[in-house]
Amino acid sequence: MSSHRSKAGFSWLLKMAYRDGKASSRKLFLFIASIVLGIAAVVSIQSFSTNLKRNIALQSKSLMGADYIIDSDQLPTEKVFGIIDSLGGAEAREISFASMAAFPGKQGTKLMQVRGIEGGFPFYGEIETTPAQAGRNFKKSSVALVDATVMLQLGLEIGDSVKIGNARLKIGGALNNVPGSSSIFSSIAPPLLVPFSAIDESGLVQTGSRIDYKYYFTASEDLDMEKFDEELDPILDANEADLDTHLSTSRRLGRRYENFAKFLNLVAFIALLLGCVGIASAIHIYIKEKVASIAILKCLGASRKQSFQIFLIQVIIIGLIGSVIGTLLGLGLQEFFPYLLQDLLPVELDLQISPLVILTGIILGVSMSVLFALYPLLKTLDISPLQTLRMQQSAGSNKRYKFLVSLAVIIFIWIFAFWLLDNWLYAIWFVLGLAVTFTILSGFAALIMKLVKKYFPKNWGFPVRQSILNLYRPQNQTLILILAIGIGTFLISTLYFTRDLLLAQTTLESKQNTPNMILLDVQSEQKEQVKRVIDSSDLELLEDIPIVTMRVIELKGRSTNEIRNDTSSTINNWVLDHEFRTTYRDSLSETEEILEGYWKSKYTGEGAVPISISDNLAEDAEASIGDRMIFNVQGVQLETEVASIRSVDWSNMQINFSILFPTGVLEDAPQFRVMTTRVQDDNTSAKLQQQLVKKFPNVTIIDLRQVLKVVEEILGKISWLINFMAFFSILTGIIVLIGAVRTSKYQRIRESVLLRTLGAKNAQILKILGLEYLFLGILGSMSGILLSFISSYLIGYFLFDTTFIPSWIPFLVVFPAITALVVIIGLVNSYSVVKSPPLAVLRKELG
Amino acid sequence: MAKILRVENLSKTYENGSKKLVILDKINFDIEEGETFAIVGPSGSGKTTLLGLSAGLDRIDDGTVDLCGQNLSELDEDGRAELRNRHVGFVFQNFQLIPTLTALENVAVPLELRGDSSAENEATALLEKVGLQDRMHHYPTQLSGGEQQRVALARAFCNKPKILFADEPTGNLDEATGKNVVDLLLSLNKDLGTTLVIVTHDLELAKKTQRILKLRGGKVQKLQNQQ
Repeated sequence: MSSHRSKAGFSWLLKMAYRDGKASSRKLFLFIASIVLGIAAVVSIQSFSTNLKRNIALQSKSLMGADYIIDSDQLPTEKVFGIIDSLGGAEAREISFASMAAFPGKQGTKLMQVRGIEGGFPFYGEIETTPAQAGRNFKKSSVALVDATVMLQLGLEIGDSVKIGNARLKIGGALNNVPGSSSIFSSIAPPLLVPFSAIDESGLVQTGSRIDYKYYFTASEDLDMEKFDEELDPILDANEADLDTHLSTSRRLGRRYENFAKFLNLVAFIALLLGCVGIASAIHIYIKEKVASIAILKCLGASRKQSFQIFLIQVIIIGLIGSVIGTLLGLGLQEFFPYLLQDLLPVELDLQISPLVILTGIILGVSMSVLFALYPLLKTLDISPLQTLRMQQSAGSNKRYKFLVSLAVIIFIWIFAFWLLDNWLYAIWFVLGLAVTFTILSGFAALIMKLVKKYFPKNWGFPVRQSILNLYRPQNQTLILILAIGIGTFLISTLYFTRDLLLAQTTLESKQNTPNMILLDVQSEQKEQVKRVIDSSDLELLEDIPIVTMRVIELKGRSTNEIRNDTSSTINNWVLDHEFRTTYRDSLSETEEILEGYWKSKYTGEGAVPISISDNLAEDAEASIGDRMIFNVQGVQLETEVASIRSVDWSNMQINFSILFPTGVLEDAPQFRVMTTRVQDDNTSAKLQQQLVKKFPNVTIIDLRQVLKVVEEILGKISWLINFMAFFSILTGIIVLIGAVRTSKYQRIRESVLLRTLGAKNAQILKILGLEYLFLGILGSMSGILLSFISSYLIGYFLFDTTFIPSWIPFLVVFPAITALVVIIGLVNSYSVVKSPPLAVLRKELG
Repeated sequence: MAKILRVENLSKTYENGSKKLVILDKINFDIEEGETFAIVGPSGSGKTTLLGLSAGLDRIDDGTVDLCGQNLSELDEDGRAELRNRHVGFVFQNFQLIPTLTALENVAVPLELRGDSSAENEATALLEKVGLQDRMHHYPTQLSGGEQQRVALARAFCNKPKILFADEPTGNLDEATGKNVVDLLLSLNKDLGTTLVIVTHDLELAKKTQRILKLRGGKVQKLQNQQ
């Protein structure tokens, strides 16, 4: 007999799923909403990052302006010039450096990235200017192109003058976009394009100045760029130059944005997971309501499998509909991202729809819906047809199935996280982090509920006591609600707290003697005059630091070339290529601490010079105490020995050094100076800058307060996007909340009808319900904020090594706002409970 | 006449903590094809449990039930479902219609489960027979109690069952509607030869059957012939 099963086929299952789903569409709407928001969040980020990556790759040549560049931060060596010649000679060249630009007649100065260009650059893309022809003619007309924002800020017009060093040029146009200018760096030092000849005229290219030399090339279509890069780059590296191809540049740029996209993807994924918690909870209640129908179906001859499949099909269809809507919504939402990120994007975005993203959205949505619904769906297997005769508890479902479903959920989350992060270990950490967050939140909620139950004053009024008791009613959704509210609040608060942490890293200390203006490239002979200008402005010269530039030529007895050619060497290349800016003094600063060895303040003239190196340099150079390092100090070889390794607080926005010399060695070496002072306001800063630029055009001035403003602006823009994603979590949380409130509505109706039959007034019922939601809101949002506070504190302590001072926004705004939202949603959904007379409610709702 | 239901030494116990609760204690009876049979007894006497076990709605722990020539102990849950679908009909006190299906869809379900392609036509004909031709696209909540029970009757007979189990079929109906439903049940029994097993408190209804089994405390108190 058992082999002779029902003949109803798949079409009947579909029909039943449709019939039942049609009549339950209002309940199913919430399921769809849960999945829609999560998928929209994931798809919008996925699609946007795919588009960004594609656009970067497509526009790689226009981003760079050429097929490849040879660049060096010093005048290229003969060998590098030889290589350039062997490649047919550069088709364009550029010298660039950061310098103060003065605008005579406008009383304005500005730190700008000066780019002197010669030749046909750019070969791809264009210099976008207003007027348009200025970008093509500026070299011929010997005029300067000034960044459009600076023109606006300083009220500059075409025809005004700009002065860099000794060169004075007319402004020929406003510069809107130029290949090779990083958008983030442009916020600090906006670009200023000048003809190549103006660089010589400026007189700013001096020994020790930070100058970048670039040689631009175009390549024939058949050049294998990857192979070319592989062959040429090591040779150039050995000669203190570098090769950047348009491919490597776009890859590097793509990676930078990819990391941010990965982070946003995880935030979106959490919104989706939250939606899945909602789905699991809703299906749980949905199946509970379907117990009688399933029992009848079984009584009429439906098998366990058939009754399970009917609801599984419903879930798949709901998941599919939700995923399709979510995918469409996500594709629409990505259109807003360029507006949110504005200048932070490196390329003009041409947004296209990627079939892979659509497929990902749909597969992800359906899989997550099914996986999270499976657990409650398993209950259909245990419903006995006997329940048509009498209500009875279902037997516990098969533990093996439950275990398998839980395992499948965890594996799926891990696989998706792995796909997003491209690192299996990070994916494990993500899953673990998620599990810990969920466990702590539910544990915390359970603990608070226990404490409330135990210690709540028994003599409080009936409505308060009743509302507390409601939280513990059988089949309550309290934990799910607290979890949903808690996760949403946790995300939003963490975003605020993390932003606080990041900003704390860059905030200038407000102490009187902490510098906030740095003067770079002060020549030794200008030292006294600069000091006098500072004094005359009633400001104090806080630091006067000598800087000597040098390169490593030998490390632990091996030449840098030898190390470069050694494929087994794990010494970081930057150590070998970097031009170090070092200083000498007889004491350590507040931001330094000796970790190993001894600090020697004065060189006695015997043996190698005892130097101190920072711990990060020691690690990258694989250097330890006693190791020898030979430096090339502008032509002179200097043998040194690592006498101490010290920690340096780089996060402190002050002048810090990797290599520190004792006094008595470098005093006579060619050097320039960095001076610092502290200005109180914008006005003083502007006046001082004008005076200094006028008298010392070679001096570069960095007002740290302005840099900080730029950092804040960038963080502001990024946090907009993060908030946007967190908004999805909250919105999903609200959907989960509405779902949970609606599914427990019948219980509330029964309770309130009973209370009203016993004489309770509407106001009392409303008070009970309102208080119940108030407790839920408080418990959920407080759990989320506290967990977020603790995790941010730990991140601050362990990762940033800083004391975390939280902003009050999560406590003063997020906490009451979310609590109020919970109460409003709860009461709006319960309004029908108190609106109708008890008998009408009983007839209508209880049938 | 062949036996359509044979119950031998049927017992059912439930565990309540450490205590064993005997619901049915060694019940024996059998029913012939086409017979009308009533099970009566006070609340808690085990009537509904006996009906559930006899109809294959629950697993048998002790004793034997042969239904339509099939030993129910030998069947798994799906096997029993299949047997019910082919040979058994049900009428319940609270009608047990699926609330998300219309009257027509409710009636068609057992036929659809068999893979019957004319399920809808047959269900329509049955609903016309019970006088609900104008209400077939209504959902259960849109029907009165009497109408719901008539839909349940149409559903019970749609697969032309050999045996129909009715659990307090008039329990939720007013007197006049209840009488109509009983008349309908008996006429269907007469016309189609369906065996009728009715569990009821209503002695008047029980008296309309051929035999009455009286239960008390889970044991057979009396098995009496009416005619």
